[in-house]
Amino acid sequence: MSKITFVEHNGTEHVVEAKTGLTVMEAAVKNNVPGIDADCGGACACATCHVYVGEAWLGKLDKPSAMEESMLDFAENVEPNSRLSCQIKMSDALDGIVVTLPESQH
Amino acid sequence: MSDQEPMGPHTRVVILGAGHGGGSVAAFLRQYGFTGPIVLVGEEPLAPYQRPPLSKAWLKGEATAESLALKPLEFYAENDIDLRLGVYAVAIDRASRTVAVSKGAPIAYDVLVLAMGARARRLIIPGADLKGVLELRTAADAEKLKTALGAGKTLAVVGGGYVGLEAAASAVSLSAKAVIIEREHRVLARVACEQLSNFFQSYHAARGVKFELSAGVEAFVGDKGQVTGVQLADGRTIACDAALVGVGAIPNDEVAKAAGLECNNGVVVDLAARTSDPAIFAVGDLTQRPMPLYSRSVRLESVPNALEQAKAVACAVTGRPLAPPEVPWFWSDQFDLKLQIAGMPFDADEIIIRGDTDTAKFAVFHLKQGCIQAVEAVNAAPEFMAGKQLVASQKPVARDKLVDMSISMKQVAV
Repeated sequence: MSKITFVEHNGTEHVVEAKTGLTVMEAAVKNNVPGIDADCGGACACATCHVYVGEAWLGKLDKPSAMEESMLDFAENVEPNSRLSCQIKMSDALDGIVVTLPESQH
Repeated sequence: MSDQEPMGPHTRVVILGAGHGGGSVAAFLRQYGFTGPIVLVGEEPLAPYQRPPLSKAWLKGEATAESLALKPLEFYAENDIDLRLGVYAVAIDRASRTVAVSKGAPIAYDVLVLAMGARARRLIIPGADLKGVLELRTAADAEKLKTALGAGKTLAVVGGGYVGLEAAASAVSLSAKAVIIEREHRVLARVACEQLSNFFQSYHAARGVKFELSAGVEAFVGDKGQVTGVQLADGRTIACDAALVGVGAIPNDEVAKAAGLECNNGVVVDLAARTSDPAIFAVGDLTQRPMPLYSRSVRLESVPNALEQAKAVACAVTGRPLAPPEVPWFWSDQFDLKLQIAGMPFDADEIIIRGDTDTAKFAVFHLKQGCIQAVEAVNAAPEFMAGKQLVASQKPVARDKLVDMSISMKQVAV
């Protein structure tokens, strides 16, 4: 189990526990965290699970796939620390990760 | 009942159907701060789960019941959602605002949400009740199909639509054999253009899937009650160990019709997902919904559509403003192909292909008077994402840029 903190666009924080191997998106959806729609259920097909990853954690993530980069390229309000949360798998190394949510996923 | 006024905490919301749509209505209501009672009634024995992986990741053993679940089971108790499984609606009494159900006392509602989905269309032909003649809508269906898909087994797929193609691809990945039997002269005949049909057919054929096109199915034949073959109109019999019938779905709108709600190939709703009775909403595969982008109404079978309508219901109940309509979109995974479709090719007068079908990385754009109505993108995420934005904006697109792969989709979309 590791901890994930989701920070909504309005500053509201949600701290959830996630099993190793679960994606950050799955952890959000299963805990009903607002702001992560994940329309495609993790198929990397929709870019509605866009998050901003805290600087301290960014370097610990695997590089995004070409598919993820292409999807992000067209998402709204993309920043250098933007990722699709369905592509971030939880591990001990990511315990405590903080992700911030964009204002809208559409 | 204005969209701007939240309904009070004494409002009792009853949701009939605990699929992706019904489950999402309950979840969004709580997410949006609704504190009144919620009853979620589902006919299947399982709490809401995702159906799309049933023909893909789940069939191949890459997903579990836990990963398919929309929410963990404890979510419902923790969020005070009264989940009643193995129960279905028998009749709606709109005058007394109660629903008669298959088990237990009638349930009273202030707001009723219909989310009963659609069921697989069945073939009314001899042998259709043989063991091994399968359909694919539910986790129970998928379980039966998975059992039938051992190495060396042959799966006959009746119907060359997305479900059939996905199941055939999964079968081949599991070292089983697959034969797709299609009435039309090409697969995906009702849902995709000729170019895309041809591409998918060749791709599947190159990986061992067999095709019987322009083939009518007369009967399923069997031995000791178990299907052993599909008999075609030309007299031949295609031998199989199981037969999956994927010939479309029909909305479960009987209870709504009997209650006098307006139906027309599905329950007719407005953009807020409201039916002809203001106290009753409907979401998902069940609904015939307006599509302002194309000036018509359609019945969509897709998760994004169910989610969009589930949010609309939660907005209406909690007094949030309704979000603008979304561009409909769909996806399908077959082998290593990711197909993403945005929009619908209504009234298209021109087809433009960007990329090369031989490289399995291309997109088919459907235009109407120079504006993109729909895009079908194969392993082409930028084309899908930019295409979706262009469908929404209906901005005319420069054809010479669209076909030129040296110009990025970002530049095309500018």
